[in-house]
Amino acid sequence: MHTKSLSELSTALHNGDITSVALTQHYLDRIKQYNGELNAYITICEESALAQATDADTQFKAGTAGPLTGIPLAHKDIFCTQGVRTSCGSKMLDNFIAPYNATVVEKLNTAGMVLLGKTNMDEFAMGSSNETSFYGAVSNPWDTDRVPGGSSGGSAAAVAAQLAPIATGTDTGGSIRQPAALCNLTGLKPTYGRISRYGMIAFASSLDQAGPMARSAEDAAMLMQAMAGFDERDSTSVDHPVPDYTTDLNTPLDGLTIGLPTEYFDAGLDPAVNDTIQAAIKQYETLGATIKEISLPNTKLAVPTYYVVAPAECSTNLSRMDGVRFGHRCEDPVDLEDLYTRSRGEGFGEEVKRRIMTGTYALSAGYYDAYYLKAQQCRRLIRDDFVAAFKQVDVIMGPTSPTTAFKAGEKTDDPVAMYLADIYTISTNLAGLPGMSIPAGFVDGLPVGLQIIGNYFDEARLLNVAHRYQQVTDWHQQAPDAFAG
Amino acid sequence: MQGAVEQAQNHLNYLFFPLNSTEPVMSLDRTDVEKIAHLARLGINGQDIPEYAQTLSNIFALVEQMNEVDTHNIIPMAHPLDAVQRLREDCVTETNQRELFQSIAPKTEAGVYLVPQVIE
Repeated sequence: MHTKSLSELSTALHNGDITSVALTQHYLDRIKQYNGELNAYITICEESALAQATDADTQFKAGTAGPLTGIPLAHKDIFCTQGVRTSCGSKMLDNFIAPYNATVVEKLNTAGMVLLGKTNMDEFAMGSSNETSFYGAVSNPWDTDRVPGGSSGGSAAAVAAQLAPIATGTDTGGSIRQPAALCNLTGLKPTYGRISRYGMIAFASSLDQAGPMARSAEDAAMLMQAMAGFDERDSTSVDHPVPDYTTDLNTPLDGLTIGLPTEYFDAGLDPAVNDTIQAAIKQYETLGATIKEISLPNTKLAVPTYYVVAPAECSTNLSRMDGVRFGHRCEDPVDLEDLYTRSRGEGFGEEVKRRIMTGTYALSAGYYDAYYLKAQQCRRLIRDDFVAAFKQVDVIMGPTSPTTAFKAGEKTDDPVAMYLADIYTISTNLAGLPGMSIPAGFVDGLPVGLQIIGNYFDEARLLNVAHRYQQVTDWHQQAPDAFAG
Repeated sequence: MQGAVEQAQNHLNYLFFPLNSTEPVMSLDRTDVEKIAHLARLGINGQDIPEYAQTLSNIFALVEQMNEVDTHNIIPMAHPLDAVQRLREDCVTETNQRELFQSIAPKTEAGVYLVPQVIE
């Protein structure tokens, strides 16, 4: 049952071959069997999942079921789920029972999906290895000594080990695409503003976007369809029509022009990963695409710019965690200052503290122009590179990550080395563009992700480009043996 | 009383003149880290300060690579699609859910959030 695609599950449910309760129970059993080893889930919603599944089965009988009705999923623990702990991977929110649903959660509930549980993540989504979580590190199902990537590492490990058919993630600097690459998944970060951020705990508000983490482009398209759309509760939501993401999946790629930025094939790229990416690009040529070398000259600015914008916005967003209205509060504060300082000092982990301090410094009096303003100017240069490139090409391709999954603990002592793990993914967040990662092969048994970047609101084309490749390759169908049974 | 005035002045100094220099610096010291942590109302352990000073200095060394590019006359980018703030009708859309919201608060009494006494 757990090897089926979303559309196969949907057909089986609609035909009455399986019930949602049986399907949900199957996944709950798998979670019980394997989660101890992977630590992919923080919270398992057994009781409410079975109740939602029972409701779904009633809808099949009543003939009111939709394409996603009765299909289980996992939410990254950054999305507020009413009545269910929403920890964001932090001690600060360990006791936080969300009083309302995120728009994404509401939409997928309305679509009839069944919430299996909340997945582990880097604390407040700050990390590239899922090692900063208060609930412990997540293991990569392909090699449990290695990281699954981050920050949506729990969602990635859960879907890769088939402990959920699909999951949600969020991506601020690569947090959907990088773990998708390291765990052999198809992950999509949509255009900024495409999916509502309402009820999605904010890290860096001008960069954060939610998206699907799936085992194929077709599955991702189905979830994307239900997630996308304007939301008046999110002031940065963009009112732009939502196309049908599944109708164009099979459109042939003849005439497609793919841009390869020279800057994405630099000295920092692992040669074996490069070989895998080149083979995938050759495959695209046989599918009818034309390859064109391009330049994104300001790529070198992406990481420095990101490490001003993201910490600055996070220091502002996380000021709401003050121990007064919700979240962790220290014991016996002597005064208000002590209450704030100790609650925050005890509630936040090291990486979060580091980023709050980086952002606080960058925004402190006298430094605004040198850091935040300068970063916002660099952002425009980065975006303008892409705008110029998309006058010549339809999509841009390159590696998602410079290496395959690294060993746990390898980069925890050097934040700057960890930050460079996102070197190819950060630019698209700064520019607000949609990006995907799809499985493109393996190096020494570890997955390699091909990144596909599209123009604004071109998610349907990205999904089409990914799907056509998945019609002629089977990388995306590979699953880790240790969790296959 | 004298102590309170001094404290308030120090506090204002922290807020408006947080650091000794307004030139970007590559290297942060112990005093800088303590001041930043204070501005962020973030309790940190004294023994961790040298490590914070080192890692923050490394991060800012990375950040200062931005200066390799001239951004004179470049308009800062606030939104990738240059969107502007939407306006809406001024009408009530939310209902009062005080009890629900306060059910997850660390300390409340008679419908208010409790914090340590601020004014004597």
